[in-house]
Amino acid sequence: MTENGDVTPLVKLEHVDKHFGALHVLRDINLTVSRGEVLVVIGPSGSGKSTLCRAMNRLETIDSGQIIFDGQPLPAEGKALARLRSEVGMVFQSFNLFAHKTIRENVTLGPVKVRKVAKDAADRRAMELLERVGIAAQADKYPAQLSGGQQQRVAIARALAMDPKMILFDEPTSALDPEMVQEVLDVMVGLARDGMTMVVVTHEMGFARKAANRVVFMADGQIVEENTPDEFFTNAQTDRARDFLSKILTH
Amino acid sequence: MDELITYGPELAQGFLENIKLALVGLVVSFILGTILVAMRVSPTPVLRAAGTAYVNVVRNTPLTLVLAFSALGLSDQLGLVFSDQPETNSFWLVGLGLGAYTAAFVCEALRAGINTVPMGQAEASRAIGLTFFQTLTMIILPQAFRAVIAPLGSVVIAMIKNTTVATAGGLLTDSAATMKIVFDTTGASIPIFLGVIAAFMVLILPIGYFTGWLSRKLAVVR
Ligand SMILES: Nc1ncnc2c1ncn2[C@@H]1O[C@H](COP(=O)(O)OP(=O)(O)O)[C@@H](O)[C@H]1O
Ligand SMILES: [Mg+2]
Repeated sequence: MTENGDVTPLVKLEHVDKHFGALHVLRDINLTVSRGEVLVVIGPSGSGKSTLCRAMNRLETIDSGQIIFDGQPLPAEGKALARLRSEVGMVFQSFNLFAHKTIRENVTLGPVKVRKVAKDAADRRAMELLERVGIAAQADKYPAQLSGGQQQRVAIARALAMDPKMILFDEPTSALDPEMVQEVLDVMVGLARDGMTMVVVTHEMGFARKAANRVVFMADGQIVEENTPDEFFTNAQTDRARDFLSKILTH
Repeated sequence: MDELITYGPELAQGFLENIKLALVGLVVSFILGTILVAMRVSPTPVLRAAGTAYVNVVRNTPLTLVLAFSALGLSDQLGLVFSDQPETNSFWLVGLGLGAYTAAFVCEALRAGINTVPMGQAEASRAIGLTFFQTLTMIILPQAFRAVIAPLGSVVIAMIKNTTVATAGGLLTDSAATMKIVFDTTGASIPIFLGVIAAFMVLILPIGYFTGWLSRKLAVVR
C-alpha cells in the first residue's frame, strides 16, 4: 500500500464537527486514509457523505476539529488553499465539466493555469489521459455533445491531469443511465489497481468489493461502522447498517 | 425635404459625434461593468458593498444629472482635464459619464448571467486549484457573458439613444450647436426629425439583430 515507504496517513480527520445552521451534519468524525488506500463511504441520503468528502478539499469549511493532509493542516484560504486543492482531485455526481470549453481544454486548463505546464506538454498529457479513459476521439467536442458516462470519464481525466495525491469521488455514477455505470467504474477500478488514493462515496457494492480496502458506513453525520468490504456486506455489526443494506440489496 | 438636404452634412457631422460618444461609452461601460460585477460577487464584503452602492446610486440618478456633472462638475470642481480644447475635453468627460452610468446596467446584466451558471462550474474550477479570480475570469464570466448577449445588446441600444441626452443638454458641443442652428433656422422640421430617426434606426436595428444572432451562436449548451 505504501510504495514509497511513507507510512504516515495521507489524510487524518480528528474530531471534525460541522453544522449547517441548526443541522449537525458531521459529528466528531475521526478517520484516516492511508496512502494508496481506496476508501468507500456508504450511507443513507443526507447522512453527511458529500459534506465529509467536500471538507477534505475545503469546499466546505468545518466548525471544529482538524483535517491533516500529507502532514499539514488544510490551509484556510488563498494560494496555499488553491495549491492543496490542486493536489486533491474531485469528481462530482453531476460531472461539472466546463461547459464552454472543449474536452481537451477541460483537461489542460488546470495544468496550464495552476501548474504552469507548457501548453503543448499539457496537450500531449491530456491526450494520453483521454486515451486511457477511452475518450481521445472526442477531444475537440464540447461536454454537452458527450454521454453522461463519457463526461464522467473526462472528469476523471481532468482530475488525473493535476497528478493529484488523492481523488475524491462523490457518487460518481449516481447521475448516470444504468448502461453507463460500468464504463466509469472500470476506469475507477483501473485507478485503484494503479495505487491511486481514493475516497469514493458510492452504493456500488460491486466496486466496493472489487476495489475498496475499507468501507465506512455513515448515518446522521456519524461514522457508525468501519470494516473491510467483505465483512461489511456479509456481516454488518450494527442494526442501522444491516437495515440500510437490506434496503439497497432489495432493488 | 429641402431642409434635410441642406443641413444633411452638418447633421451627419453631429450624428457622427454621437456615434463616437457611444463608442467611448461602450468601452468604458463594459470594462467598468465587468469590474463592478466582479466586486459584487467577490468574497470580500467591502468590495461587495461598494459595488452594490455604486449600482444603486447610479441606476437611480437621472442620466441628465450624471452627464451634467461629468461635463461641468468633473472639470470645473475636480479639475479633471483631458485636453486644452474645450470641445475635446467635454467630449471625453461626457463619454466617461455615459460609460460610468451605463456600467451599472452592464453590471446587472452580467450578474443575471452569472446566476445562469450552475454552482458546480465554480466548484469544479476551485477543485482543480484555480483561484477565485481565475475562476471568475476563465469559467464564470465567459459563460455569464454568453448567456446575456441579447440583454447586453439592449443596454448598448439604450446607451446609443442616451447619447442624444448629451446633445439635447448641450453637452456634446458640436452636435448641440448643429441642432440649435438647424432648429433656429428651420423651426421644428418634420423631415429633419424623420431623417434623424432614420439614422438612428439604421444604426440600432442591426445591433439588435446582430446580438440576437450572436447570442444564439455562442449559447453554452448544457
Ligand atoms: N449548503 C448546505 N446548506 C444547508 N444544508 C446543507 C447544505 N449541504 C448539505 N446540507 C444538508 O446537510 C445534510 C448532509 O448532506 P450531505 O453531506 O449532502 O449528505 P449525503 O451526501 O450523505 O446525502 C443534509 O441534511 C443536507 O440537506
Ligand atoms: Mg451526497
